[in-house]
Amino acid sequence: MNAATLFGLCGAALVGIGLYGLITNPEPLRKILAFNLLGSGVFLLFGMIARRAAAAGLGGDPVPQAMVITAIVVAFAATAMAIALVQRLADETGRASISSDSSDAVDGEGKS
Amino acid sequence: MPATTVLDATTADGALLVLAIVLPVVGILLSFVLGGRYAERIAGVLLPAGFIVACIIFLKVWQGGEPLIYIVGGWQPPLGITLRADGLSVAMMVAMAIVICLIGVFAHANFGSRAASVETRAPLVFWVMLMAISGAMNMIFLGGDLFTLYVALELLTFAAVPLVCLDGRVETLQAALRYLLFALLGSILYLVGTALLYGSYGTLDIVLMSQRVRLEPATLAAATLMTLGLFAKTALFPLHLWLPPAHAGAPAAASAVLSAVVVKGSFFLIVRLWFDALPGLLSVAASQLIGVLGASAIICGNIVALRQKRLKLLIAYSTVAQIGYLFLMFPLAFSADPSPHHYGDALTAGMLQTISHATAKAAMFMAAGLIYAALGHDRISELGGIARALPMTMFAFGLGGLCLIGLPPTGGFLAKWLLLEATIATAQWWWAIVIIAGGLLTSAYIYIVLSRTMGPPNAPLTLYAAVPKYQEVAALGLACLSVLLGLVALGPIDVLQVGRPEAPMAGLR
Repeated sequence: MNAATLFGLCGAALVGIGLYGLITNPEPLRKILAFNLLGSGVFLLFGMIARRAAAAGLGGDPVPQAMVITAIVVAFAATAMAIALVQRLADETGRASISSDSSDAVDGEGKS
Repeated sequence: MPATTVLDATTADGALLVLAIVLPVVGILLSFVLGGRYAERIAGVLLPAGFIVACIIFLKVWQGGEPLIYIVGGWQPPLGITLRADGLSVAMMVAMAIVICLIGVFAHANFGSRAASVETRAPLVFWVMLMAISGAMNMIFLGGDLFTLYVALELLTFAAVPLVCLDGRVETLQAALRYLLFALLGSILYLVGTALLYGSYGTLDIVLMSQRVRLEPATLAAATLMTLGLFAKTALFPLHLWLPPAHAGAPAAASAVLSAVVVKGSFFLIVRLWFDALPGLLSVAASQLIGVLGASAIICGNIVALRQKRLKLLIAYSTVAQIGYLFLMFPLAFSADPSPHHYGDALTAGMLQTISHATAKAAMFMAAGLIYAALGHDRISELGGIARALPMTMFAFGLGGLCLIGLPPTGGFLAKWLLLEATIATAQWWWAIVIIAGGLLTSAYIYIVLSRTMGPPNAPLTLYAAVPKYQEVAALGLACLSVLLGLVALGPIDVLQVGRPEAPMAGLR
C-alpha cells in the first residue's frame, strides 16, 4: 500500500465518520463539528489526488492544492456562520436546538 | 461547437461577463465602506445596471447565435477559468435580474433607509445580501468550470441564510440554522464529486470534461454525490424539510428572493452537470428515479399545501411542489428514445418552468407579505374581505396562481404543455398523470385562498397599515410578467438552444 492509497482510505474514513455524525447527532454544535470532520476527509482526498498526479514526474499537482485552500476558506466561513447562528440561538433561548418542538431531554450547548 | 480542437478564446464583448459578476461585488464593498444608509441607494443604481448588462449580453448571444466567452487572465481552460454565456445562461440571467430588481422596488418599504434616521442593521444586511445573491447567481450562470460553480454556490448559500433570519426571531433562527446545515451537507457532497472528477479527468472545465467523460465507477460516484448534494440545496423531496419554515418565516421581500431566485441556482447547476458537463451519462433508470422524486414532490407538496392554515406556509409548500415540476424534465430528456427533439423540448420546458415559477412565486410572496402587513396576520380562514380592501394585491396573487396551475397563456402553461407533449412523444404517460393531477391540486388551493378573500369578512375588517401603491405595482408587474411569459414562444425562445450541439425545436415548430 503506497502513501496515496493510505491517505485516500483515511479520507474515506473521515468522510464516513463525519457523515454519520452529521446525520445522527441532534445537537447543532455536534453537527457543525461533524461537518468539519467530513470536510477534513474531503480535503485529504484533494491532497491524495494531487499526490497521485506525481506519477507524471512532477512533485505534485498544484491545482487540487489551490482548490483545497479555497475549499478550506469556504468551510471556515461556513463554520463561523453556523457557530454565530448557534450562539445567537443560545442567547435567545438559553439552549441551542433546531427541533421545533423544544422538548429534548438533553440540554444543548447553551453556553453564552 | 468549435471547442473540440481549437482552444477557446475570449470573444468580442466577453468583458461584459466579468462586468455582470463584478458590479454587485463593487456594490457590496461600497455598502460596507459608506455604511447602511447608502446601501439602498447603491443597490438602486447597481441592480438596474446589472439588469441592463444582462440584457446586452442576452442580445449579443441571441443575435450572434454564438456563446460569449471570457478567459480569465488569459489562462487557457485546463488550468485557467472560463466564463461562458450560452443560451441557458443569458435567459436565466435576464429573468433573475428582472425579478431581483422588482423585489428591490418592493423592499423599499421595509428596508428603505431614510437619510436622517439612525442606521440600523437589517437594511444594510438586506441590500448587501440582495446584491450578493445577484452576483452569485450571475456567477452560477456564467461559470465555466465545476469548481468556480462550487464557490458560486457557496456564495449564494452564505447570502441566502442571513435573509432567513433578518428579524432575529427564534423560529427564524432555527429555520436559518437548519437551512445552513442542509446546505453545508449539500456543498460538501458537491465538493467530493468535484475532487473525484478532477482525479479522473484532470480538468474541471465543462467543455473539456464533456469531451473526455467516460462511463466509469468514479465518474458515476462523483455525479451521484454532486446530484444528491444539489438536491439538498434545491429542496427536492424528500430533502425539502428545511424549505417551508425558512421561506415562510422570512420577511416578504426575503421570501420572494429565496423562493424565486435562490433555489433556482442549485437547480441550474444540476442542469449544467447532466446536460453539459456529463452529456449522455444519465441512464434511463436514474432519470426515472429523479422523475419519481419530482413527482413525489408535486403530489406531497401540493397536498400538504392544501392543508395549510397560513398563507405564507401554503405558498412555501407550493414552492416544494413546483420544484418537483423542474425535475420532470430529466426522465423526458433522457428517455429510452434518445431523440434530440425531446431533449431540446424537455430542456426548454424546464427552463421556462424555472423562469415562470420565479416570477409567479415572487409575486405571490409579495402579495402575501402585503396582506400580512395590512391585516397583521395571514390565517387563510380569516382573509375574508381582503380582496375588496387590496384588489390589486389579490389580482397579482390570482395571476401568479394561474401561472402555477398552468392555465394559458401563462408561462406555466407553456412549460407544462411542453412537458406534456414530451411525455406523449416519448411514450411516458405516467408523468402526464402527475402533471395533470398536480395542476388540479394547485388549482384547489389557489381556489380556496381566492374564494376566502373574495368572501365577506367574518368581522369588520381593520387594516393596520396602509399598503404603498408601488409595492402592489411591483407584485402585479411580476405577476403580469409570468402571464406574458407564455408569449415568448413567439419570440426569443430559441435563444435557449444557443451553444448547444443540436438545435431543433419539435414542440414549437
